[in-house]
This record gives sequence, structure tokens and C-alpha cells, in this order.
Amino acid sequence: MKKVFGRPKSMKDTIFHYCAGCGHSIAHRLIAEVIDELDIRDITIGVPPAGCAVLAYNYFDVDMIEAQHGRGPAMATGIKRVLPDRIVFSYQGDGDLAAIGIAESFHAANRGENITVIFINNAVYGMTGGQMAPTSILNQKTTTSPAGRKSLLDGHPIRISEVFTLLPGTAYIERCTVNSPASILKTKKSIRKAFQYQIDGRGFSLVEILSPCPTNWKMTPVESCRWIDEVMTKEFPLGVMKDLPAVEQKTGEKTP
Amino acid sequence: MNKVLMQGNKIIGEAAIRAGCRFYAGYPITPQNEIPEYMAERLRSVEGGVFIQSESEIAAIHMVAGASAAGARSMTSSSSPGISLKQEGISTLAACQLPAVIVNMMRGGPGLGNISPAQGDYFQATRGGGHGDYRIIVLGPATAQELADLTMDAFDLADQYRTPVMILADGMMGQMMEPVIFKEPQPRVYPASYMMRGAGKGKSKIIRGLILDPLDMEEHNWTLERKYRVIAKKETRHELYRMDDAELVLVAYGTAARIAKGAIKRLREAGLRAGLFRPITLWPFPENELRDLAKTLENFLVFEMSTGQMLEDVRLALQGYARIGFHGRPGGVVPTPVELANVVMRQYDRKQGIIEHY
Repeated sequence: MKKVFGRPKSMKDTIFHYCAGCGHSIAHRLIAEVIDELDIRDITIGVPPAGCAVLAYNYFDVDMIEAQHGRGPAMATGIKRVLPDRIVFSYQGDGDLAAIGIAESFHAANRGENITVIFINNAVYGMTGGQMAPTSILNQKTTTSPAGRKSLLDGHPIRISEVFTLLPGTAYIERCTVNSPASILKTKKSIRKAFQYQIDGRGFSLVEILSPCPTNWKMTPVESCRWIDEVMTKEFPLGVMKDLPAVEQKTGEKTP
Repeated sequence: MNKVLMQGNKIIGEAAIRAGCRFYAGYPITPQNEIPEYMAERLRSVEGGVFIQSESEIAAIHMVAGASAAGARSMTSSSSPGISLKQEGISTLAACQLPAVIVNMMRGGPGLGNISPAQGDYFQATRGGGHGDYRIIVLGPATAQELADLTMDAFDLADQYRTPVMILADGMMGQMMEPVIFKEPQPRVYPASYMMRGAGKGKSKIIRGLILDPLDMEEHNWTLERKYRVIAKKETRHELYRMDDAELVLVAYGTAARIAKGAIKRLREAGLRAGLFRPITLWPFPENELRDLAKTLENFLVFEMSTGQMLEDVRLALQGYARIGFHGRPGGVVPTPVELANVVMRQYDRKQGIIEHY
């Protein structure tokens, strides 16, 4: 019988610890499929974050080095600069990228580091139990915004993808989601493109994934998927934010 | 190699390059800016050299961690406030057993303090500095020659023990010029199996400090501790100066030790036979070597450019077997040899041979 579906080679034979309905496991699988398809498993180095995905190294069958909270892009920078022919990706949550690690992420993007960042935006701190994230939307109730996020008190949700498009070092930025079969397929294409841009040496690529967190949103998985469509995408519109043509990218002086 | 006259900070940079350092990340802070400037210029011309002026001290140390994991000899440098910021990464390096060299050209603190020489970061350096139960090797150079030699040794020690190593000095050491001879570097001994360079056809690797299982966590901490015990046993270094006939032992390191040597000259001219015990490794502290002195000598005086930090290590080492005097001045003013000599004369009762116990 012909095998039509199986575990990606770049994924270990382990059970995910993620909650039912969580988007991390989908994102993990998509990345692993892309690594397989691009045949880069042997030369890929991943940098998992602090947060729910800290244990990503238990799932990916590629070299992985854990970063302190928010420092993934700095670590990835160190690795990539020493080993420019390897494929380096940083996997980060919204607290990791948009709060504690905003400087590291912003400047890695601005330097145009030739790395790929997978940014999981679930509008909440998952691992620590549902506190407010920099991407929590206004009026969203979390354990640290019990009356809902108020702009005067807590500021506004940060649109990382839009902000990063302004940085000349970024080559490709897209925001997607994983709340339906169609959106999952679209996200995979986006991840593939991000890795391809790195392979082609075109600079910083970032894929923001709106990702369900039923446990901390206090919703069922189905309700979570609906909430992404009805609420989250209104704050964080989906789509390609930036896609720099290859030619334009090559004009910058590369060698010192 | 000929003798050259160089500034302390540049000596560190040159020694690092000669030792095979190929990755430097750092953030400007006085009084050590000549190090990143020197590295920016030198790493441009050596093969595989990478220099990054990072957005922050925190980013710099994590870039160093990434570069170290990827297999490059890596270094960062800073001064007191910047070193505080780096502690997260230094703790990470220790936990993940990644080699790196960190230079701290101490300034007067706490807080922003000022840029004048001081030794107020001794506790931070010798007690690990960041969170968790770990130590780093801390080297305290006192001459330009030692800046060169110890910087080169630091890379070897970091590799040998897979641990961060700190060069602890101050603006005086960094800014002054002295003649120096660069020694031949040792060939690097660091197996590729420790490096993270992609799994290739083999098994994928994980480098991490997060260990959820309680017993595994404890075992990891014991693994580190066993390593630190080996380092403590094998790697202590110190210098004895005019100790042959000494009746009183000054204990000082780095810049303070230079001042102490000047004071000893004056004390001996006045007929007081003082000598110097100078720790070169601040961690591990040469405690057995110091305690051995207490078998025949009763009077010690600790001199530091702080209100008394190494003093605690001297007390722990001597364990009550000798009297310990103390003179220290915190960041702000550099004490003179004359001042120290006067303090010693005042604290030491020559007729009875007793130093005033601090």
C-alpha cells in the first residue's frame, strides 16, 4: 500500500505536550515539513524560546539551542554569523518577541540578519498561566488584566509585522493563522518562502502566526478558531506585509 | 616576538586575536571602548572574523553564546553596569557549558558610578554573578604582560572546562601603557562534538539549561559543581612578592597589588619587613596557599579598592589562624602607596608584632 501521510523526518517520534487545540503543534509540524521538503535538516539549527515552545527541541530532529527569554535572535545572530552556510531559525512567542526580546528582535531585523523568525502570536502568556501579552487585544480579559486590557493602563496591542516592515533589513514578512485547513496550508507556504529567502541569502524573514490558545482563552478549540477569525484578525490583519524583490535586496553593500 | 609598548585595552584585543578569538560582540562603555574598537579593526582582516556592535549588553552576551555554540572562540567586554546586564547570559553560558571570555574593566559604582578605577565587582565576579549555583573562572591581571598572558590563557581555560572565564581589571589597567611580549598561543583543543553546526547525517544535538526532571536537574548541578572542584584544585594562581623575610603580609590583587608593591618599598625603607600575597585567580581563590602562610606568619592586611570584598575570602582562607587588618577605599579615588604605607604603620604595632584586627 502506498504511504500518503506520515511524520516528517525532521520531527522526533514523540507526543507533543501541548494542550488540545493549541497552535504550536501545528506550527511545529509545518516547519518540520518545510525543512524536509527543502532538504535542509542536516544544516538547520533551531533556537527555541522561553515559553510554551521551550521544549521544541524535544520535537524537532534538528540541532537546537535554547535561548533565554527574548534572546533568540541574538543567539541566532551569533550562530549564523559564524556559520553563514547553515539555516538558522528562531521560534518565538509574543511575550518573547514583542515584550522582553523586542530589542533583540528589532535589531536583528534591522541588521538584516539572514535568519528566519517564526512568531507565534496567541495574544496571551501561555506557559505562565494566561497573563496579558503585548499582543493581547483591547478589552481582552487575562489573569493580569482581569477587567480587560485598557489602553490607558496597559497600552495597545503591538502589530509586530507592520512595525518590522519599516526596517530596511527585512526581506519577507507575512501574517497567517492556523485556525482552518485552508489557513494551515497557506501558512506552510509562507514558512517555506521564509526559509527559501534565507537559503537565497535575502535577509531577515518573519512569519507571524495567529495561534489559538484555548486553555488560556478559556474557550473550546472550536471557539478559539472562531475568535481568531472574528476578533483577532480585526486587530492583526492577515496577509503579506512585505516581500522585497530579490534584485532590490542585492543592491546593499554586503562585504565590509 | 619583540617587546611592544601598548595600551592595556588594546593588549587584551591583540592577545584575544592571537589566541584565535574570531567573534566579538559588545556595546560601548567607558573605560573599555578601545577593546571593541580594536576588535572591530582586527576582526575585519582575519579570516572568519566577526565583529558586531550589538544593540545592548544583553544581546552581546547572547550573541557570544550563539557563536560559542557554533564553535568560534568568542569574547565580549564591558564595564561594571554593562557586566550587570550580561549576567543573564553568563549564567546561561555556565549552565549550557559554553566557553567564552568576558572582560570587565571595573568602574566606580554602584549604579552608573563613574569611570575611575575600582574593585567593587569582586563579589559579583567571584560568586558567579548571575542567578543559579555556579562559578566562573576569574583572572585578576596586575601588569600589561599579564593582560596579554591571562587573556590568552582565558580562552584555553574556557575551552578546557567549557565555562565562561572573566578578566577582572579596571580603567587603570585598561588605559595605561606598558611594554609587553605576546607569547605563542597554544593550539586549540576543543572537540567538534561540543559544537552545534547542524546535525549532518548524525543525531541531532540539544544545548539547554532547562531541565524539568528534579533528579536530572540536581545531577546537572552536581556535574557543574564537580567541574568547579577540579578547577579549584588545579587552577589557582598567585604571586609572592618579597615574602622571604616578611613579618607582615599584604593581600591585594590587580591595581591594588601594584599600589601595595609601592607601599612595601616604603615600609621596608622604614624598617618594616612587609611582603605581598597577590591572588591571580580570584576564583578559584588561592586559599590553601594563603593559609599555608599562616603556619609561620600571624599578621595579614587586606588592601582593596572597595569597602571589603576579597577581605571575606581572606577570612575564609585563614579561618581565624591569623590576625587580619584591612584598608579599603571604594570607587571614586585611587589610593596612593604613601597612604597605604601610612595606614600599615598605624595599624601595625611593631613592638608587639600585632596588627589591629579589622
